[in-house]
Amino acid sequence: MDPSDWSGEGFVANPFCISLAMILTNLKNLVRTWFLVELVRGLGVTSRYLFRRKITVQYPEEKIPKSPRFRGLHALRRYPNGEERCIACKLCEAVCPALAITIESEVRDDDTRRTTRYDIDLFKCVYCGFCEEACPVDSIVLTDIHEFHFEQREGHIITKNDLLDIGDRYEAKIAADRQADAAYR
Amino acid sequence: MMGALTSLWHSLPLLIQLGLKIIAILGPLMLVVLYYTYAERKVLAYMHVRVGPNRVGPAGLLQPVADAVKLLFKEIVIPTNADRYLFVIAPILSVAPAFAAWAVIPFSDTLVLADIDASLLYVLAMTSLGVYGVIVAGWASNSKYAFLGAMRSAAQIVAYEIAMGFALVGVLMVAGSLNIREIVLGQQGGIHQWYIFPLFPLFVVYLVSGVAETNRSPFDVAEGESEIVAGPHVEYGGMGFALFFLAEYANMILISSLVVLLFLGGWHPPFEFSPLTWVPGPIWFFGKLAVIAFLFLWFRATFPRYRYDQIMRLGWKVFIPVTLIWILVIGVARVLSPIHFVFR
Amino acid sequence: MSFLQVSFYCFSLILIVAAVRVVTVGNAVKAALYLVLVFFSAACIWITLEAEFLAIVLVLVYVGAVMVLFLFVVMMLDIDITRMRESFGRYLFTGGSIAVIMVIELGIVVMAGSFDLDRVPRPVGHDSEYSNTKELGILLYTDYVYIVELAAILLLVAIIAAIALTLRKRPKTHYQSPSQQLTVTKKERLKIVEMDSETNRSSNRGSSS
Repeated sequence: MDPSDWSGEGFVANPFCISLAMILTNLKNLVRTWFLVELVRGLGVTSRYLFRRKITVQYPEEKIPKSPRFRGLHALRRYPNGEERCIACKLCEAVCPALAITIESEVRDDDTRRTTRYDIDLFKCVYCGFCEEACPVDSIVLTDIHEFHFEQREGHIITKNDLLDIGDRYEAKIAADRQADAAYR
Repeated sequence: MMGALTSLWHSLPLLIQLGLKIIAILGPLMLVVLYYTYAERKVLAYMHVRVGPNRVGPAGLLQPVADAVKLLFKEIVIPTNADRYLFVIAPILSVAPAFAAWAVIPFSDTLVLADIDASLLYVLAMTSLGVYGVIVAGWASNSKYAFLGAMRSAAQIVAYEIAMGFALVGVLMVAGSLNIREIVLGQQGGIHQWYIFPLFPLFVVYLVSGVAETNRSPFDVAEGESEIVAGPHVEYGGMGFALFFLAEYANMILISSLVVLLFLGGWHPPFEFSPLTWVPGPIWFFGKLAVIAFLFLWFRATFPRYRYDQIMRLGWKVFIPVTLIWILVIGVARVLSPIHFVFR
Repeated sequence: MSFLQVSFYCFSLILIVAAVRVVTVGNAVKAALYLVLVFFSAACIWITLEAEFLAIVLVLVYVGAVMVLFLFVVMMLDIDITRMRESFGRYLFTGGSIAVIMVIELGIVVMAGSFDLDRVPRPVGHDSEYSNTKELGILLYTDYVYIVELAAILLLVAIIAAIALTLRKRPKTHYQSPSQQLTVTKKERLKIVEMDSETNRSSNRGSSS
């Protein structure tokens, strides 16, 4: 401690009294430094955490709840009468920022326009959900399935039939999620 | 049965007896190192409010075995422009002293491999050799990061070795012996005889220097994974890395055991009355050892890494003066206290 | 041959080979590492002579500290071997003649018989209770106490001289003082000023302050 540091501004009135106070604070600092008070306090913090309840989620066995807005694997939906919703407007293809969607269409026998090809490249897809936002007939949706894999190199491109299959299988859940979120759209 | 065993033991040649004794020390030591890594991961995880390894075996107990097997089967890669021989020798250079030092560590009054006269100095010499593994690894790897790590480690270990040596001088002055067994025997008779009380500053200096000497957090600038990747270990994989790992943890346990022997009464129970004296000495020794070894992990979970210049400042400008002053205090106390109030 | 002899010849062989390699090996770092091996083998030989204290101190001081610093310096050197080879011939005569003189001098000393086996016999062995360290300490602090003190003072002077030579205060360097940083309190850094609130409309006050 350099004594010249002790005289701070505004402490000029009674030099003797002031230096006593400064000696006390210096003493306090000395004790704090040499008895490693702050280090011991830090050790105390970690030792308290040692006995705290652990917050790890044991993933495959335990799962945390998912939001109805969760954006996972894609699906194509159908109307309740079994007719596919998609009308090949290609808005999703246009809006897709990753260019992951490829659509080809033709006129079906009943003079409606339908897709002949609807491929999604899962490697390109960024799961932004813009396709779902753009779709005028709520056909393409992102389900809440996040655990999926494929075992062949070409498996990353899923076709129209796959997408419709997924939609058929999870329709109840997809509809429930849309219902839960409807109030906020 | 016992008689037959002892007669069989005495019929063995001396070299085989010695070899068996060495295996009896190093085998359990390796096992302890293995589970010390497990303990480290668990303790760190618990302090982070995680659960740590819990998949391999019950409660993750087979995790270290799985890690060891993985490292064993990895390919040994030698970098293109590395010095082949030194690159291979470096891990051995770091493991050998870490193991050799255990030759003189007494586990109880009679349980010691080599009860040599200057055993404390021997331990100090062996721990000071460990730095060669790091330096040679850093130089032979032919990598900037490894080299920087080696430089840091060398400067740091030299600095802290002096503080460590001076802390030991204090112990020597109080105990009046260089033999670890006799130092422990000098602390007989209960907790008030332990050297931690008259030598508390030296105890702190020794413990912290020990943490620095083993390059453990918060003094792990040699490894410094956030700045120089992994320091001297950066080019090592598989068995080479496993050996460095083994050496580091063996050294940590060695430093812990030295702290127990020199300051915490070794194998003596804290109070000399009956339920405590029934417990055999080695159990006390390993119990205290576990507490000190836990401190290493606790420090790692608590303190952020020191900045390099502050490490140097702490070693040279704080620890060495503190130890020197306390050596003076001990000397004066020894001369001035005719009744040997603190120091018998 | 006894075990002692075998170990002596082993360590001597390692020592001599390593010592030769120190001067023949091209790389400075490797030379330093060979020197470490030399010290270590010497320590092993000393142990066979029951000088275990000296042996351990040799390992502790020379191998553990001095050579580490050596390596530290040598590693940072940027030596161009080819450039050094060029000037090899120029210094060959001077260096060679000095070497020859040294060999002759050493030969004279060794051949004079002062190191004969009958002059310097193998020290008598002691039992395991004998403490080499204690004897050495008693000898150092009784018979040779003045020399020890003198050596200590010399070393102290050397330390002070080294610090005095290298310590220089450069006025432009900026550095922190951790002890000062730690003692800072709120009172020293924070100054609370009381003043009237200022608004944009009150043009009669404000800008001048």
